Amino acid sequence: MFAPVTEDAARTRTIETAHLLLLLAPALLIILLLFGGGLLLGSLQALGSQPFTEKSIFTFAHFIAVLTDPDFATSFAMTMYIATVSTLVAVLASVALAISLVRCAAANRILHFFLQIPLTVPHLVIAISLLFLLAPTGILSRLCSFLGMTAGAASFPLLINDTYAIGILLTYIWKEIPFITFMILAVLKNSGPELDDAGRTLRANAWQRFYHITLPLIAPSLGAAGFIVFAFTFGAFEVPYLLGRTYPMVLPVWAYKNYADIDLMARPEGIAIGLIIAAIVICSLLLSQGLMQIARRQREYPG
Amino acid sequence: MNKRSFLLGLSIIAAVLLPFLPLLLWSVSNQWFYPALLPQQFGLRSWQYILSTAGQQITEGLVQSTSLALVTTCCSLTVALPAARALGLYCFPGKKAIGLFLLLPIIVPPLCVSMGYHLWFIRLGLAETFAGVVMAHLTFCLPYTIFVLWGVFTDYDPDFEHQARSLGASPIQVLVNVTLPMILPGICIAALFSFLLSWSQYLSTLIIGGGRLLTLPILLFALMDSGDRPVAAAVSLVFVLPALFALLVNAHFLGRQGMTGVR
Repeated sequence: MFAPVTEDAARTRTIETAHLLLLLAPALLIILLLFGGGLLLGSLQALGSQPFTEKSIFTFAHFIAVLTDPDFATSFAMTMYIATVSTLVAVLASVALAISLVRCAAANRILHFFLQIPLTVPHLVIAISLLFLLAPTGILSRLCSFLGMTAGAASFPLLINDTYAIGILLTYIWKEIPFITFMILAVLKNSGPELDDAGRTLRANAWQRFYHITLPLIAPSLGAAGFIVFAFTFGAFEVPYLLGRTYPMVLPVWAYKNYADIDLMARPEGIAIGLIIAAIVICSLLLSQGLMQIARRQREYPG
Repeated sequence: MNKRSFLLGLSIIAAVLLPFLPLLLWSVSNQWFYPALLPQQFGLRSWQYILSTAGQQITEGLVQSTSLALVTTCCSLTVALPAARALGLYCFPGKKAIGLFLLLPIIVPPLCVSMGYHLWFIRLGLAETFAGVVMAHLTFCLPYTIFVLWGVFTDYDPDFEHQARSLGASPIQVLVNVTLPMILPGICIAALFSFLLSWSQYLSTLIIGGGRLLTLPILLFALMDSGDRPVAAAVSLVFVLPALFALLVNAHFLGRQGMTGVR
């Protein structure tokens, strides 16, 4: 899903296998050792093995304890809700933004510069800023009370540590819209306005041009960017830790809480939750790949 | 510029800058009780605090964060360049699987992996060390770097190298005078990408660094727990500045191409 689209030139080139291996070996070795090793050792620990000691028992008890915990379902739902809603809103807003940017302000350097700023701001900083802005005693609440709209901190709606995770969603949306927008913008700029003009000559209306020309063009990058955002928001710790409620906890916060618990017996359960997060993300990748394949086939052979 | 694009531009700039307002205001307030709209007393207490009393700690945090991000980025680039070249220029059996495997850590949260190898790092004496945290950051910075450079190499034409070789240039000369200048914009984007990822990383630094490596995010989290808002706001701004500076430098050198693909 991440591979660049144009690969025709690559087919004609040849390279010796030994040379190829030499180029790929360092990266493969590092990822295999750190990433593969991390997942493998994590799995061993979550399955009851205690590395470097003699007391290893193979058991699914930690996974069962997590999955049968009544809090698991609510935590999972909360995490899924945050990841899905923030990704969907960011994707829709980015498509609209990228299309209007291509139409009205494609060459505007200042605008591009400003849109790049959120890419450089760490999630932690924007979460702190939104905390100062949206908390019951935050700047927005002060403004509402100043304008006479609310009677004080208590009557201001809860936007931080709240049921609907508004603060968390806003943090992610602010941060991810520029990321997705730039990914689509790169495709839109490369393709140029010719296709759209051709559609116009054939009297396609704005919606038809979007659905039959722009959407198929941006779909691969949009899908990849959207998925990266979904996976990130599903597994991120800082923002929900600062702006989320203590119950239900999102899965990554729950995992770390268990892992850092004074009770060392909770540690394998923390790792098990981490592995469940990884499994969910990888399964959603396979699922979204499959869905995109079906959508492509539907487009090519409708009906 | 017409009216519609002017309004669009204005709203984008406002939306981007709005979150900086609370940080700026809190960092220059000495006293700001609810429900006052503006601080009752402006002042530079927090800035004085982070420059003098906590100055050494903040400077160490800055140095620690910067050196971690720089070392991670250099390692990422060195390893990612050959791999991305192989993936971008050639077709070979198993390419799809190898590509997917190398990029998989992009979507699997760092938390899952660092909890897994923590015990192993302790055993090897890598926990609570600079090298250990670099390795933890490398786990997800390297795939992102490969991701960006792969795209760069698909648009790259290696025939220029052959021409230089046939004109008698040595492999080193080809690398320095032909290859690197051609892919430099891509390298800058990949470097910035990896730098920012490492720079803003909190949890994997905490797990592997064990609180011994006090990077800026770790200091900032501790400050948020202590509840001193003006100081937390000032440190947040310090935390944003280097990245903003990197963006400015990059914008200057790269022109309009910008940072496609950076998050």
